[in-house]
Amino acid sequence: MVPRWRQIQEQIVASQFWKSIFRVGIPNTNRKRVLAMLGNVVLHLHPVKTRKSGVKMRYTWCAGGVTFFLFLVLTFTGLLLMFYYRPTVEYAFVDILDLREQVPFGIMREVHRWGAHAMVISVWIHMFRVFMTGSYKPPREFNWVIGVILLVLTLLLSFTGYLLPWDQLAIWAITVGSNMASATPLMGIQGPGTGLLKIGDIPLVTSTNDARFGLLGGRFVGAGALLRFYVLHCVGIPLIAAFLMAVHFWRVRKDGGISGPA
Amino acid sequence: MPVINAFKSAVNFLSAPQYLVTAMLVLLLVGLRSKLLWSKRGGLFLLVAIGGGMAISYLDPNFNAVASLPDNVPIVGMIFLVGFFFWFAMNQAYENDRRIAAGLPTIEAADSAQKVFSWPDLVYVELICLVVVMAVMIVWSIFLKAPLEEPANPTDSPNPAKAPWYFLGLQEMLVYYDPWLAGVVLPSLIIVGLMAIPYIDTNPKGNGYFTFRERKWEITLFLLGFLVLWCTLIALGTFLRGPNWNFFGPYEFWDVNKLVPLNNINLSEIIWIKMLKRSLPNFWLIREIFGLVIVGFYVAALPLLLSKTLLRRFYEKMGTPRYLIGVSLVLIMISLPIKMYLRWFFNLKYVVNIPEFAFNI
Repeated sequence: MVPRWRQIQEQIVASQFWKSIFRVGIPNTNRKRVLAMLGNVVLHLHPVKTRKSGVKMRYTWCAGGVTFFLFLVLTFTGLLLMFYYRPTVEYAFVDILDLREQVPFGIMREVHRWGAHAMVISVWIHMFRVFMTGSYKPPREFNWVIGVILLVLTLLLSFTGYLLPWDQLAIWAITVGSNMASATPLMGIQGPGTGLLKIGDIPLVTSTNDARFGLLGGRFVGAGALLRFYVLHCVGIPLIAAFLMAVHFWRVRKDGGISGPA
Repeated sequence: MPVINAFKSAVNFLSAPQYLVTAMLVLLLVGLRSKLLWSKRGGLFLLVAIGGGMAISYLDPNFNAVASLPDNVPIVGMIFLVGFFFWFAMNQAYENDRRIAAGLPTIEAADSAQKVFSWPDLVYVELICLVVVMAVMIVWSIFLKAPLEEPANPTDSPNPAKAPWYFLGLQEMLVYYDPWLAGVVLPSLIIVGLMAIPYIDTNPKGNGYFTFRERKWEITLFLLGFLVLWCTLIALGTFLRGPNWNFFGPYEFWDVNKLVPLNNINLSEIIWIKMLKRSLPNFWLIREIFGLVIVGFYVAALPLLLSKTLLRRFYEKMGTPRYLIGVSLVLIMISLPIKMYLRWFFNLKYVVNIPEFAFNI
């Protein structure tokens, strides 16, 4: 006997279990399309109706959406990597080596690393698009400001993650980058004017309390820096970024949706 | 093959920072105004020229060694993505400008009159994007292993030691400015300047559609910063800076022993020793007085002077606070190419050099 697929499908869709999850059913009428958008926690980021120019790829390039998606991909792959990685000078490198050598077909580290590069580029392209369409203009000025902070957070996320493999590339890139902090005016050991800050002969700013020390948790890139960057990379910056992303998306809606000509 | 070798040496020579940055500046200023470049034919020409040039370059062992490093692959990708979207934005901007001139609605205006249901029109576009991005990420990750070098060794510094690739523009600035400027003050001003854009730019036109004609100044200045001073310097720092941060042409071997004569001199030495034929004064204020006056003039007096002369139109339109902040930020941005040219053509090291306070400009 031929199973009646249609009938089985209808029975499933009509069941109490199914209807308790998917309240609306297949959105095949306008009313259901509205309810589908309103009833789903993820989809209700979007308005029920969108300006037609705003759904066009040629206008948005989907660059902001891709950036957000890459953030989710990085969160997921990063979480998996955290199971196998210990942020200590003793284990950091060998844990990465193990991930590389012991996991057949493993690509989580690859997706995480290339995804991070891709996210930096997609943020730039998103900002480039927003600039070229003048979308930062009133009433969206402050959302552009939040976007700039998110750009900085993206770069910091990538920068803190750069150290974690604890190979030569990692520590020397972070050494070059963090050396800049020691040149901070009045706050870095080599910064302009820092030498003037002293009581009698005792300098106020030394290599154990200057801006670079605060960044690295030590006088050089060592165990303190590794732990500090790990915590910032996995918890601190993602939390702030996630909060600001929520504000960013909220304001897109509140400022009138995806921009378009008046 | 002597012809190919001659061509390679010519390219090596012409990709030196002074010619590369000059070429990018000229290309930007001329290119923005040339309609032909932003047509489909122009875009195809650019793609073939840049893509073909790079593809052939991979045959060169020295180019290949640098450009196919796993971590440099995204930067090759960035060049093409930024290039494509630059063309794509300008292509639509010119189309819209044509329509506006003809009294027709812009592409976006023709679309924006009606609203569509987000399900399915928006949700499906996003879904397709997600699938494409995920596919690209997986294929990329399967074919290109994430690099892992030797274990960290604090006593053995590599040469060159490079910052993460997105900071290489800042590292390139270190050639021309001291770390307190290139690594601290200027990056902070980049962030502040980006945040200030919506409050400085009071032009109400071009909100929500691509256009060039209605926003010539804003777009030119932004692209000067983004394309020339950010992206080009990143590409330069990645592909053309080798051991000791020396310049190497794209087809040049990264020779650790390459010697580059350092004969840069300070403005105070040029003025006191070369022009006035005296020894340098001992007291720093007198020694550096010329440099301090020039910097002071550039930062403080020039914006005021310009408000009465060249930029009067902007001053009157923008009002004092907006004008002063905006022009100061733009002048500081332009000071980078100015300092670059002073270095390249006059071997100028510092305009102000006060080692007493570690204060060099």
